Amino acid sequence: MAEHITVPTVAQLVSAGEVPEILFWVGCSGSFDDRAKKITKAIVRILHHAGVKYAVLGAEETCTGDPAKRAGNEFLFQMQAMQNIMVLNGYEIKKIVTGCPHCFNILKNEYPELGGNYEVMHHTQLINDLIKEGKLAIKGGESFKGRRITFHDPCYLGRANDVYEAPREALQALDAELVEMRRCKQKGLCCGAGGAQMFKEAEPGNKEVNVERTEDALEVKPNVIATGCPFCNTMMTDGVKNFEKEDSVEVKDVAELIAEAADLLPS
Amino acid sequence: MIAQIAFVLVFAAGIFLFARRVREIRRNISIGQAVDRTDRKNERWRTMTMVALGQSKMVARPIAGFLHLLVYVGFVLINIEVLEIVLDGITGHHRLFASFGGGVYDALIGAFEILAALVLIACVVFLIRRNVINIRRFRMKEMDGWPKSDANIILVAEVLLMFALLSMNACDALLQGKVAELMAAGQEIPEALSHYIEAGSFPVSSMLQPLYAGMDVDGLIMTERFMWWFHIIGILAFLVYVPYSKHFHIIMAFPNTWYSKLEPKGQMTNMEAVTNEVKLMLDPSADPYAAPPADAAPVKFGAKDVQDLTWKQLFDSYTCTECGRCSSECPANQTGKLLSPRKIMMDTRDRLEEVGKNIQSDGSIKDDGKSLLRDYISEEELWACTTCNACTEACPVNIDPVSIILDLRRHLIMEESKSPESITSMFNNVENNGAPWAFPAADRGKWIEELNA
Repeated sequence: MAEHITVPTVAQLVSAGEVPEILFWVGCSGSFDDRAKKITKAIVRILHHAGVKYAVLGAEETCTGDPAKRAGNEFLFQMQAMQNIMVLNGYEIKKIVTGCPHCFNILKNEYPELGGNYEVMHHTQLINDLIKEGKLAIKGGESFKGRRITFHDPCYLGRANDVYEAPREALQALDAELVEMRRCKQKGLCCGAGGAQMFKEAEPGNKEVNVERTEDALEVKPNVIATGCPFCNTMMTDGVKNFEKEDSVEVKDVAELIAEAADLLPS
Repeated sequence: MIAQIAFVLVFAAGIFLFARRVREIRRNISIGQAVDRTDRKNERWRTMTMVALGQSKMVARPIAGFLHLLVYVGFVLINIEVLEIVLDGITGHHRLFASFGGGVYDALIGAFEILAALVLIACVVFLIRRNVINIRRFRMKEMDGWPKSDANIILVAEVLLMFALLSMNACDALLQGKVAELMAAGQEIPEALSHYIEAGSFPVSSMLQPLYAGMDVDGLIMTERFMWWFHIIGILAFLVYVPYSKHFHIIMAFPNTWYSKLEPKGQMTNMEAVTNEVKLMLDPSADPYAAPPADAAPVKFGAKDVQDLTWKQLFDSYTCTECGRCSSECPANQTGKLLSPRKIMMDTRDRLEEVGKNIQSDGSIKDDGKSLLRDYISEEELWACTTCNACTEACPVNIDPVSIILDLRRHLIMEESKSPESITSMFNNVENNGAPWAFPAADRGKWIEELNA
């Protein structure tokens, strides 16, 4: 059953004399993109349900600068980064969880050199920990019985940061069959959106990258393509539509699948 | 004695030409920008041991990996025999090491023969893979012409060298047999034959003996000497050729993996020059009109040409083996886009060679009206990269093409303000709205209201 949730902002907590144990970094996609917002909501429901003392920055959050950095605009990236670091350090944030591997990578690896040092987790890592600690019970997990799930590795989580097992372990909690694509983990194929590609037309070629990647996924005949990145989610959803398989194959974030199995989503 | 003098001259010439070329490459690499890659030494030794010595990334493709391992182990171990050949050449002895211990020596020669045969077989399979079987990464456009010949030249040379080594042993064994026959018959051993003392074991070359068995003693001696000279001159020629070829990786792979990027693959370099500027912009107490010191060199952002890259990126380019594993894993390349990470590395090396010739003429880098960007690497190639790091993951010698792509993009953006239109509007959105899309920052929390709806 979905319950009514009030999402605290860091500013609210701090003015009430409290500090969040963990900051949920929503990211631009998770804040504005209609599809990605569903992932954001699933993460929040999981955090709330597991009793994590979290907060979001709300209007004080701004783009990490990732697409600017990858496109070569170091000035713009550092302007964004410095602003964010001032806010985060001002609130003495120590620990961050985010639903976007691009935010995860840049906060974890590229903010320290500019003075922002935080313990950064991807949401699939936190979810996996919560399940292991018994703070998140998968009540309705059997509703996945007999379904085939394949996980698409986001480049910025997998190859970029060697996180391969956490999302898979979390998915193991579902009573489903986890099937691997021919190209997975270190050899996983990009969805086509990284490196600022999300924001431009692809260069001319004979195929779109997301179509190539969706072929990999469809080859293992999944019911669900699981993602861990809002950009991968968009690209794979488009890919599935390209093959007119949207009636039989769902594209869902690990957080959505877990929230659904734990019966946390509004029906 | 004449043979000894001739040998020493040929040997010295080989070493001289090799050293001259290595100096040239060293000078070319040193035009790159400084970067410190000497930290975390234990990790560096471990990486080199695993990746270069242990070939850990080669086995990602088991067939090529196994064959490469044969050639690699063969190459390294057969060099012990080459050492003997060199010492024989200088001293005028034959099979100098045989005097150290018969049994061990026999076993060593036997092992070298088996390795030589395996190397020969592996090279023949490699030749078939490159020229007969249709493997896409060997047929990409950047392989046309010299890169393809270069690969074939080396493979054919190795086949010939291994054949010469085995033929030399086959004739040697036959001559040893003649000596034994004469001794058994109680006859005197002629001077020309006294050279061929009984030494070695010949598990593979014995199969080649029928080829030479019909020859008389003079013919055998001539063939044995011919194969000996062919083998050693071939190896010296190989030594001189290697630093002009992609096969320079046999040396470069070791230092290149030692100097590997140890940070997570997703971490891209921080530009300190930019950090200083941004800090000034954000510091309310900074004097906005303060002029930079007059002697300060103008800061260049990103890379337009090879001298703007770091020495490590240039080092990478000389280490590239043109195997194409990077390009065959690259999502842009697989979907028919212009980008090929291998070409990025080859272009960087070719441009560096060009700039190097330029330096040679008068000692300084002069403007030849060309640059790595555009004359070698087009904007279209650069913008096709998704920075997914499939190429860096695939590279058996830890080359980082993504860093070059990013530095060239940085030049395009920060020096030329040149980007695809949609990228420019993404920049504007980030700057004005704090998001890559044109949504007002105030709407960032809208999902919270929708949560309970």
